[in-house]
Parts: sequence; structure tokens; C-alpha cells
Amino acid sequence: MSKKQLALAIDLNVCVGCSACVTSCKQWNTSGSAGAMADQNPYDADPSGTFFNRVQTFEVGSFPNTEVVHFPKSCMHCENPPCVPVCPTGASYKRAEDGIVLVDYDKCIGCNYCSWACPWGARELDEFKKVMTKCTLCVDRIYDESLDERDRKPACVLSCPTGARIFGDIKDPASDIAQAIDSRNGYQLMPEWETNPANHYLPRDNKNFDQHANADKSKDEEQK
Amino acid sequence: MNPPFSVVFLTTFIGMAQGCFLALFGEQLREQFSTAPASGNLLSYGAMVVLLLLIAGLAASFFHLGHPERAWRAATMWRTSWLSREVIALPIFMCVVLIYATLSFFPVFNPDVSFNLLAAKSSLIIGVAGGVSLLLILICLGMVYLSIKILQQWRTHLPIVNFVLVSCVTGFVLAVGFYILLALVPTLRHVVDLDGVPIHWSLIVGLAGVFSLFLLFVCTGMIYACLKFLQQWHTPFTLANFILLGCSSGFMLATTLGAWLAPQTTHFFMTSTLILTIVAGIVRSASLLRNKGLVPKSTLQSAIGVKNPKIVQKSSGAMAPTFNRHQFNHGKTRLFIRSIKWIFLALVFVLPIVLLIVQLLTQVDLTLMLVTLLIQYLGLIAERWYFFADANHPQNIYYQVIC
Repeated sequence: MSKKQLALAIDLNVCVGCSACVTSCKQWNTSGSAGAMADQNPYDADPSGTFFNRVQTFEVGSFPNTEVVHFPKSCMHCENPPCVPVCPTGASYKRAEDGIVLVDYDKCIGCNYCSWACPWGARELDEFKKVMTKCTLCVDRIYDESLDERDRKPACVLSCPTGARIFGDIKDPASDIAQAIDSRNGYQLMPEWETNPANHYLPRDNKNFDQHANADKSKDEEQK
Repeated sequence: MNPPFSVVFLTTFIGMAQGCFLALFGEQLREQFSTAPASGNLLSYGAMVVLLLLIAGLAASFFHLGHPERAWRAATMWRTSWLSREVIALPIFMCVVLIYATLSFFPVFNPDVSFNLLAAKSSLIIGVAGGVSLLLILICLGMVYLSIKILQQWRTHLPIVNFVLVSCVTGFVLAVGFYILLALVPTLRHVVDLDGVPIHWSLIVGLAGVFSLFLLFVCTGMIYACLKFLQQWHTPFTLANFILLGCSSGFMLATTLGAWLAPQTTHFFMTSTLILTIVAGIVRSASLLRNKGLVPKSTLQSAIGVKNPKIVQKSSGAMAPTFNRHQFNHGKTRLFIRSIKWIFLALVFVLPIVLLIVQLLTQVDLTLMLVTLLIQYLGLIAERWYFFADANHPQNIYYQVIC
């Protein structure tokens, strides 16, 4: 486990599903020195392409008590990443200094094995580059000292119009992200696989909405 | 999963090659240590066929890669990756088969050596090599525990010392026990006493081949069995199936080669093939039953962390047909999948077993053997396709609808 673990926390209360994070992610990462994120038939009937971040939409509950949940999902930067040890070339790695899981595009042979080992489908093979790609937490931006300090954040975080995305070091108790996770019952996805995802989700506050944390609370109350 | 055909051909080809080599080595042992007549060209031709199959499998694997020119890099992460271990084990096995084939083809390289002479010359080298490798294994074993940082009780060099000492003592006790057993049972002594029996160098190379082929089986099987998210694969059945199906198809190939080159061997091969195919059929059926009863560990609820029992996906995000949809979805109907299952059960097990029994009861026919081999191989392609299609990746939860 690394001492520092950068991650995102996504507030499901305020995400409106506008996909600004998706497009800004694509814009930033397609313009970097690592080369474009390829699209196939982007303007035709059957569009396809590489994305590091996608917003999915779910309907929760039965009518009339339904709510729409917009659900952004990118690499979880697991503290115990299952995609890293399976890589036969060492192209997939987890940085010791800040816990970001990255792919070395010059070493990747495009065997897809790491994508099989990721339960979230967070890795996508770029059809043009023929290497595995994934969210880098904008590693080429967050340490860039030529930028204003307030701009040293992932593109998705800066572009979110509702502030649904919080970025920071979850191991630093004083950070915004750690405090948000702590005070608002931030949770991890698919805890059953014990990968300890670094990215967290902040549940909806709506009492009628049977959300993860609320269900856990009621369980606690039952036990009491 | 969407079955990648390059991997389907890779695993079926090398599995057959491994099984066939095992069969050939079995035949060589039989000739060496019993009165069975020599099989002529069978071993050398057979080893060549094994080598060709391995080359075909290796070639197929390159089509799976986005950057085949960097394939050599795949040998670097053997400490953590089963795929990397397979990338090392396959060429090792290929080299051993190449040496075996060369020795079998050119008798000049493969003189008869009487066992005691051979023993005198080579036992020292083999003994030293064996000793060193055993020590290495024990050190590795010790390091398994030592390397776990959080378990401080194991963070000393004592585990290694412990393992070495305990193993030496156990080995010594076993040797003494074996010696006493030999002293008590005279017939056993006769079997073990190889003084003066002429053997070929290829027998020793063959033994190395058997070791490396099992190493390869383990690596190949573990590539799939180690992925815990793919519950259909995360079971010892995966390994057992790779080994048994490889052996069944390999022995089938050896039987066919035997029917062509050395008809006197076919009875041995055919009986072994029959047994292996029946066992493989039982184990594969058991694994099908096991997978049928699997409950997915991940649900839509755990995937998005909402406990409400009624959740429906409305959109899976930007652009519809993504890498994820293509890689983890075969896009076939349930009826198609079920048909493939029954087709492979019939082609890999039922039909070959019937055809083998018919030939055992009547007489071996080369054409019929070729047909049996072909039927089983076609079935194996279906089996491997099904193996991939059957694995349901948890990421599919996030990609249920296109919007």
C-alpha cells in the first residue's frame, strides 16, 4: 500500500449526467504526447472509440418512486490492482509515489489480459494504437508546474459544472476528498473482490432512496 | 467473454502437442522396459508432428497481440504473471521436443548407452543439477513466506533454513524407507535394478519433455484459473480440463500416427486414449454442472453501490459499440451457446469414444482413426469457444444496454 493514494470521489447527489467529464477527458488525453485516443466512424451510424471515462445511467426503484442515477465510471486506481500482476510485460504498473495505476504504452503488447483481470471494464484497447489505455488521473497535468495551482487537477474534475467530482489524496485525512468520504459515507464499488478501489462514490442523501450507506445504517440500527 | 480464435487455436494446438508427446514418451518407456517391439519411425515422426503443432500454436498466439513485434517483452514478468510464465514454458518445451526429435531422427547422436555406463557418466551431472534445483525450489518456497511484508514472524531467513532442513530429513527418511522396502520385496528390486539395460539418450530428454509439458499445462490453465472475477474459470476444473483434454486429443493423435507408422502400438495407444477421453468427459461434464450452479458474486447493486432491488440500466455511456462490448460479449443467443455445448460434448467425447470402442472390438483402421481425430479436434474448437463464451465478466453489468 502506498502512503499517498490519489483518487476521485464522485458525488451521486449532484451528477446530472451532462458528460462534460467525458468530453473534457477525451479532449485533454487525446491532445497529449501519448497520442490521440482513436475513434472509429465517429460521425457514422456505428460510432466507436476509446474513452477513459464514461457516464452510465440507471433507473432505481419502481414507479412512481423512481430516481435516475447518472454514474460516471473510470479506472478505480485500486490499492490492490488485479490488472497489474497479470501483465506479462510489466507495462501495467502502480506508481509507488501516488498510487496511480498506469500503462507504459511503449511496453504494452496489446494482449488484453489486464482488461480481463479488471472487474470494472475500466481498460480499453485503443484500436489505432493497439495498446491498452486507461484513466491516468491526468498524470501529465496534475504535476505540471507551468499551470496555475488550481488547474493542477484532472480535466474531468475541472470541467464538472456541478462539482460532483472531488480529487485528492485519500490517505491524507485533511484533504477534501478524505473528509468527504468520511463525513458522507463514501463507498467503494464491488467490495466483494477485495481490490480496495481508491475511487469512492458519495451516496444520495434522499432518505427514501435505498442507497448503499442508508441500507448499511439501517443494518447497524437493527444490530443495535 | 468473446472467444478470441487465436487463443482457441493456440490452446488446442499446444494441448494436443503436449498430450501427443506424453503418449510418445509412454510408448518409448514401454519399449525400453518391457518386451514390446520397437515402433520404428513413430517416435521421430511423432516428435516432428508435435513440434509442428507447437509452432502452429505459437504462430496463432501472435494474432492475439496488438504489437506482436514486442512479444519478447512478455517473458519479463514471470514473477507475477501466469501469461509470462507460459511465454517462457512454451519455448522451453519446444526446445526439448526439438532435441528429442533430433536424437530420434539421427541415431548417430543417440547411441545406446548401457545404464550403468550412462549412470556413471551422467548421474554425477544430473545429481548435481538435481541437487541445485532442489535447493532452489526450497529457497523459492521459503521466500514465498519471507516476502510477505506484513507477516513479521516470517520476515527472517529462518523459514528457508527450516524448509531446507526439514526437506533433507524427510527425504532421508523416505530414502531409508524405500531401501527397506526394496530389501523386503525382491520383485521390486528386479524392477529398479537397471544395470546393463541399454537406454537411449532421448529417454532422458523425453523425461525433461514430460516435466516441461506439465509445466506448460499448469501455466496455460492458471492464466484462466487465476482470474477470480471470472467465476466460471476460477476453479481447479480449469486446470484439470486443460490437462485432460490436451492428453485426450494428444493420445488420439498418437494413436493415428501409430496406426499409420507402427500398427503394433495402436492397442496401447487406443486403450489409453479411450480411458483418457472417458475421464476427460466426466471431468468436463462435472465442470459444466459446477458452472451451471454458480451464483454471480457481483450484482447491479454491488456494481453501483445502490441497495435498491429494482435497478434498470438506461444507458451505458458515450458511443455504443465499445471495446468493452466487443471484448466481453460474444453477442450470440442462448440457444446458440447451448447448441455449442451439446455439439462439443458429442464431438469431443461421445463420438470418439464410440469410434474407439468399435475399432478396439474390430480392427484399427487408419482412415477411421483420421476421421475420429478430425471430429474430436473440431469438437475441441467448439469446446474452447464455449469455455470463453461461458465466462461471464462482471464488467458486463455496466454494459447491459446501448442507448
